[in-house]
Amino acid sequence: MADQTNAAAPETAAPDMAGLTKRQLKRMKRFDNPWNNPKLIWGITLLMGIIALGIFGRIFWDTDLVFTGAVMPSQAPPGFENLRGQAGLASSPLGTDVAGRDLLALLIVGAPNSLYVGMLASLIGMSLGIFLGFTAGYTGGRIDDVIRVGSDVMITIPPLLILVVVQASFGDITLTMMAILIAAFVWQSPTRLIRAQVLSMRESGYVQMARLSGASNRHIMFREMLPNLVPYLFGSFIANVTTSIVTAVGLEVLGLGPQRVPTLGRVIYDAIDSAALTRDMWWWWGFPTVLLMVMFIGLLLINLGLDEVSNPRLRRL
Amino acid sequence: MARYLANRVFTLFLTVFIAATLIWIIPRLSPVNPVDAMLGRMASGGGTIENSGALLDQLTERFGFNDPLIVQYWLYIKNTLTFDFGLSTASFPTPVAQMIATALPWTLGLMLLALILTFIIGNLLGALMVWEHTPRPWKVVIPAAMVFTSMPPILSGLLLMYVFSSTLGWFPLTGAYGIRVEPGWSLDFIGSVAHHGILPAMSIVLVTFGFWALGMRGLMITVQGEDYTVLAKAKGLRKRYILYKYMIRNAILPQITAFALKIGMLVAGQVLVERIFAYPGMGKLLYDAILTQDYPVIQGVSFVIILMTALAVFFVDLLYPLIDPRIRLGA
Repeated sequence: MADQTNAAAPETAAPDMAGLTKRQLKRMKRFDNPWNNPKLIWGITLLMGIIALGIFGRIFWDTDLVFTGAVMPSQAPPGFENLRGQAGLASSPLGTDVAGRDLLALLIVGAPNSLYVGMLASLIGMSLGIFLGFTAGYTGGRIDDVIRVGSDVMITIPPLLILVVVQASFGDITLTMMAILIAAFVWQSPTRLIRAQVLSMRESGYVQMARLSGASNRHIMFREMLPNLVPYLFGSFIANVTTSIVTAVGLEVLGLGPQRVPTLGRVIYDAIDSAALTRDMWWWWGFPTVLLMVMFIGLLLINLGLDEVSNPRLRRL
Repeated sequence: MARYLANRVFTLFLTVFIAATLIWIIPRLSPVNPVDAMLGRMASGGGTIENSGALLDQLTERFGFNDPLIVQYWLYIKNTLTFDFGLSTASFPTPVAQMIATALPWTLGLMLLALILTFIIGNLLGALMVWEHTPRPWKVVIPAAMVFTSMPPILSGLLLMYVFSSTLGWFPLTGAYGIRVEPGWSLDFIGSVAHHGILPAMSIVLVTFGFWALGMRGLMITVQGEDYTVLAKAKGLRKRYILYKYMIRNAILPQITAFALKIGMLVAGQVLVERIFAYPGMGKLLYDAILTQDYPVIQGVSFVIILMTALAVFFVDLLYPLIDPRIRLGA
């Protein structure tokens, strides 16, 4: 929020360098490197926190506690009481669910899983998008028509519903399988974005120059054009990670998705299914929800930061 | 214009066709035989079944699994286009179409309510983000509330349920109307439906309003610099009059175009919201069908929701040129 309060200041201050406050000068210097962006850094920090939870959690906490009956069931976190009036035990700092699984262990194993599905699905979707977008934009003609109509059609179909049909018919599924299935629905928007950019870049001076000097199509696409798209690609990638995680969590909350691996969505599914809300077991659904929120807020901040990196007009003193 | 229309109609049909085909192909790639699954469920429910072999053959024949695939596909497309999805296997003799017909009005009602609310709230807040006379606290609160836009509606739903149902007890936890209320056009019933609908609708509004607000913000910044706004200010018109009649009115039109992009996400989000609130719409139907492995219902619900999404996108696409003449020229 520091940006908000300072936004009005430069207009009142004198436009020359001498009139700027120390803080503004510091911010001014930071513009030498656009990647040094507070939103971006905060977003990455939040995501790193989740990854750190996964890594250090495995070292310092027993992940075998994710199995049913590993600990006392229905325990509140220490300092709170469950509905039967039992005080929480220090041995399970985030409480336990009705089947006797330790919440902390579930989060340690589950949170990186959700992030993994999102990243992998988005990475595959992105690669497809780069390939199809460049092909459509650069070659044009029939191929362009097919790719354009294809992405128009696929963008309308909500991935969740097709995936529900897939999962319902195939039963159990691995995390990687789920990521690949989700990837089939996240290539459309990068394809559209890259196609539009390539169309406008195709006629620009440096591409014409490269073509005249006899560069191959592949050289022009990946050496001349692609580097210019990097900020867009990053933004699109992060947006797709969000979409993929939302879809994955959606499937898990419907009781689909991997059955044997703990995921955050699965924990929420179990909580809703066992009426955790009416039993007042807030820790059961609350902690996974908070963790997912941290994940989504981190991704949102990274995306806002990347917008500012690629569009200098959005940056403020 | 004719070309644009033909293009949109073609895309609509292709979308529906591809969705229908995917829904047909996927279960057939699965190693699970639906007839086996159905008999297995019957057996687990009622002990042993006499003549199960004969019953198996009969059901296989009845569902047409002995026909060549191309015939099965043709029949499927024909039936799907006439909204004949066959019979539910979990609640056996009930036609799927009938189950969908009872669930659909709930979903449509909730969706419409959420959409109208989110459109009004989102655009108003977006306009307030730009307006120079907005009270200072709002200028801080609105950008902070944008954090919610990055979340799926199930999370906001869970939070709202916890705060307003479990803790405060202002709203009922689940369902669409009270158990003691008789469904009908009575005041009690309508009141009960509204009371039950507020939380599910709000959980969708909470995560979608930011999308409209951000769009509106961009548009308002453009309108703010236009000559007519400056002139209206110079004339000394009242501030609010300028905001509503000059700024928002001009900025709001392109917002409708943004709608098509979001609708798929919205529908999928609502399916999940209905599931956690046990709202008797399509989402609940789908969830129950997943639990009982009721394939015809899963396919029917998925198809109808995809059809709804495609139709909505189609109509929004048709509205563009009517609303914004620049698109008519461009197309």
